[in-house]
Amino acid sequence: MYVIEASGLSKHFHARRGVFGGDRGVVRAVDGISFAIEQGQTLGIVGESGCGKTTTSKLVLGLEQPTGGTMRFEGCDLQELDAAGRRNYRKSVQAVFQDPYASLNPRMRISAIIAEPLVTNERLQAAEVRERVLGLLEVVGLPAHAADLFPHEFSGGQRQRIAIARALSLSPKLIVLDEPVSALDVSIRAQILNLLRDLQARLGLSYLFIAHDLAAVAHMSHTIAVMYLGQIVETGEARALARAPKHPYTEALFSAALPIHPDERREEIILPGEVPSPLNPPSGCRFHPRCPRAMARCAETAPVLREIEGSLVACHLYDALDAAPGVRRLEPLAESA
Amino acid sequence: MSIPADVIRLPARESRFLAIRRIRFGEYPVIPILILAVIAFLAVFANQLAPHDPEVGILSARFHPPFWQAGGSTEYLLGTDQLGRDVLSRLIFGARISMVVGFTAVIFAGFVGTVLGIVSGYLGGWVDQLVMRLTDTWLALPALTFAIFLAAIVGPSMWNIVIILGAVYWTRYARVIRGEVLSLKEREFVRLAIVAGCSKWTIMRRHILPNVVNTAIVLGTLMLGVVIVAEASLSFLGVGVPPPEPAWGLMLADGKEGLMVGYWWLTVFPGGCIMLMVLAANLLGDWLRVKLDPQLRQL
Amino acid sequence: MTAAPLLELDNLSTHYVSAQGTRVIRAVDEVSLRVNAGETLGIVGESGSGKSTLALTLLRVLPPAARIVGGRMMFEGEDLVTKSDAEMQEIRGKRIAMILQDPMASLNPLFTIGNQVAEPIRVHEGVSRSTAWRRARELLKAVRIPSPETRVRQYPHEMSGGMRQRIVGAIGISCEPRLLIADEPTTSLDLTIQAQYLNLLRDLQREHGLALIFITHNLGIVAKMCDQLAVMYAGRVIEAGPVSRIFNAPAHPYTMALLNSIPRMGDPDQRLTAIEGQPPNLAALPPGCSFAPRCPQVMPRCRDAAPPAFTPEEGRIARCWLAEPVAAGTDLRVASGAA
Repeated sequence: MYVIEASGLSKHFHARRGVFGGDRGVVRAVDGISFAIEQGQTLGIVGESGCGKTTTSKLVLGLEQPTGGTMRFEGCDLQELDAAGRRNYRKSVQAVFQDPYASLNPRMRISAIIAEPLVTNERLQAAEVRERVLGLLEVVGLPAHAADLFPHEFSGGQRQRIAIARALSLSPKLIVLDEPVSALDVSIRAQILNLLRDLQARLGLSYLFIAHDLAAVAHMSHTIAVMYLGQIVETGEARALARAPKHPYTEALFSAALPIHPDERREEIILPGEVPSPLNPPSGCRFHPRCPRAMARCAETAPVLREIEGSLVACHLYDALDAAPGVRRLEPLAESA
Repeated sequence: MSIPADVIRLPARESRFLAIRRIRFGEYPVIPILILAVIAFLAVFANQLAPHDPEVGILSARFHPPFWQAGGSTEYLLGTDQLGRDVLSRLIFGARISMVVGFTAVIFAGFVGTVLGIVSGYLGGWVDQLVMRLTDTWLALPALTFAIFLAAIVGPSMWNIVIILGAVYWTRYARVIRGEVLSLKEREFVRLAIVAGCSKWTIMRRHILPNVVNTAIVLGTLMLGVVIVAEASLSFLGVGVPPPEPAWGLMLADGKEGLMVGYWWLTVFPGGCIMLMVLAANLLGDWLRVKLDPQLRQL
Repeated sequence: MTAAPLLELDNLSTHYVSAQGTRVIRAVDEVSLRVNAGETLGIVGESGSGKSTLALTLLRVLPPAARIVGGRMMFEGEDLVTKSDAEMQEIRGKRIAMILQDPMASLNPLFTIGNQVAEPIRVHEGVSRSTAWRRARELLKAVRIPSPETRVRQYPHEMSGGMRQRIVGAIGISCEPRLLIADEPTTSLDLTIQAQYLNLLRDLQREHGLALIFITHNLGIVAKMCDQLAVMYAGRVIEAGPVSRIFNAPAHPYTMALLNSIPRMGDPDQRLTAIEGQPPNLAALPPGCSFAPRCPQVMPRCRDAAPPAFTPEEGRIARCWLAEPVAAGTDLRVASGAA
């Protein structure tokens, strides 16, 4: 059974023109996406500004309510949960955010910060809370005396550990990691990523991992979903997707991820233009104005996600292959940018 | 060619003039604290320290100048006023009034303003609209005139003045605190508290309040000066703390006719006291602002 | 044929001093670097490495608390350290230009794009307004902004982040500088936009014969864009040399650990090599080598004395005792394999 399963999930916002203006249009921040996260696995979401990954994380966390579609937690539809069920959901889904300096209340001691979810949701004796806090500090690799200190006495990497300890305090099933290491120094990122992987192995946690560092996402995730303008264009097993992307946008994205060795030559695909505004997405396939492989059909009809060799891809390039099995990967483009 | 300013030998030395501004022993601003401490001391031990009764005068001893002038005596160190009351004793008892009114009004205004600022900033919606329109209206009225108006209605007494001043000045807090709350609300630790399941009131109490207290304190010290001057003005205009209580502002009012005929001590001394207290409060507020805001701290 | 380098830093030091003269932070500590005309140098470092202070020092735009306390900055044969304010003003924007990380902060929201691109041209070359605006339009075309004629009259908030960064680039090259310093120019950009932008920079460099100094924490950008690399740690250059050589055989344990700690795209189940400890606190540096507390190959000697800059190979330096020549003729003694 999946920990989280989303089906046709949407979140639309209404944009207004100024203070007195009428409806300027609808921002389809998330427009009919479907994904599933299994127990003990990580789903990575990649995409650029405006793709909807942050809104998706807020939907999963319950910070925003969907305007369409369903989300199931361990099989139960979230809309149909009663108060106890909603509380249970809250306890099972926690988060770690990007900015280690803004994630901790500067006026609270570490022990209070880590214990807050516990104290809010369960009735425990002070001694028991303290014991749990110390246990969590140990799990994330911080010394016990850290409990009585304040956030400003810790570095960025250490603060993220504290944030992770807090997220773990309720023994959640899923942790939403929204750019957990982007604000940290490069030499510290590896520490935190290793810690997250160890915790996943030990505790059977599931992660929703959102980051713009493709290599980190590919490293941490079992499955990757690529989002563009509110829709998922490709989903697949992480390594396979990184090595052989099927959707032209995924291909461009991974080619833009910088090489790690100066002698390593990667085919450079430079996309023209800017990411269009979510207020006025292009017709048909939303990517077609920038797609180096666009065909006439792409401007007319939107492609649907279909399964191709273990991945889900939404692209007209694969329409013909419904009939013929055996997909080849994308042919290199005839002329380079 | 002289060496440019950013290329210089170590260590850098500050000019003498600027250094005086920062006289410190260790980290603390000695002078303002000393001034306020002395005034507080006088206020508390007024009964013991004042040589004479501040409210009752001997009419035959009117308009004695301070002791170092001809006609003065050490009996009345700083001279006497038009009713023969000892100026020094009145100053000492006046300190009590200024301190009590000043601090209490500031705390009262601070409490009301901070709470309203937090609630309106965090809850938003109609609560915010209501409080903000109220604040706007209140702020549109000129503070002193409004205070006079209120004093005329409820009648003068020390505690009425405290309440009036509190009621007039809370809006400044509300505005500033609300602004801070608006940005605090978006900080990730608040979002995480929501994710952890905390209620709105818990968040306001545990996360928002402690983070705005600093601003409220700094604002308080700066408002102290304003409130003291306001109290003095009210007394000067005759609607403040009623006579014969020796408020400094009242002493100024009483003494102003004497100024024309050369009885300078009747106004200079109380005026000087007001100035010293406000100066001390402002300097302290400045120091606190830097001390409590980590971003402004120097290397 | 070795031409004189365009820019040569010789034991440059910039310290931050507190008003009382007590606390001294050695933000840039005896840095020596060299950039040749048309070359790209990458300066890599994390927080506390001093790379941003170095950038500010180069243009002499340091905050009041900072002082250049020693060394020389030779630019085209002249020492920038001894120049007066007026002379530096001639150089800034005209011979050396700089672009920063946040394009929104670099552009004045109240002036049109054309105005801002034309400004350095008017200031430095004193041409007429119409000439400057014409040049501005050409520059916008050069940085591949579509429909420059209309864009020239628009304001910064009407443009996307990628376009703004390109405009900042246009301002940078407007007076044909010899050297362009880019301080984290792509950190705020989306990946595909970043790719566009870096390509643009490379083309501009080739067309104008620019020397480029790229200051970044991202080794990927260095691998793609730079010929030479200097790695900074705690205010010092701890390794420098050709990019390819350093990536293939890093001489300093910090560089090696940095390279190993970055997740690689094709590597399945690779366990990242983490560097233990925290970045250095410049106000309280340990004696000896500043990397010693975190170094996986630390020796007792490292804590006693800070290593000087050794030359493990022609054209490379490394501040590490491990790179010390053991006997005459031995060069690189890289502890390879040990991580």
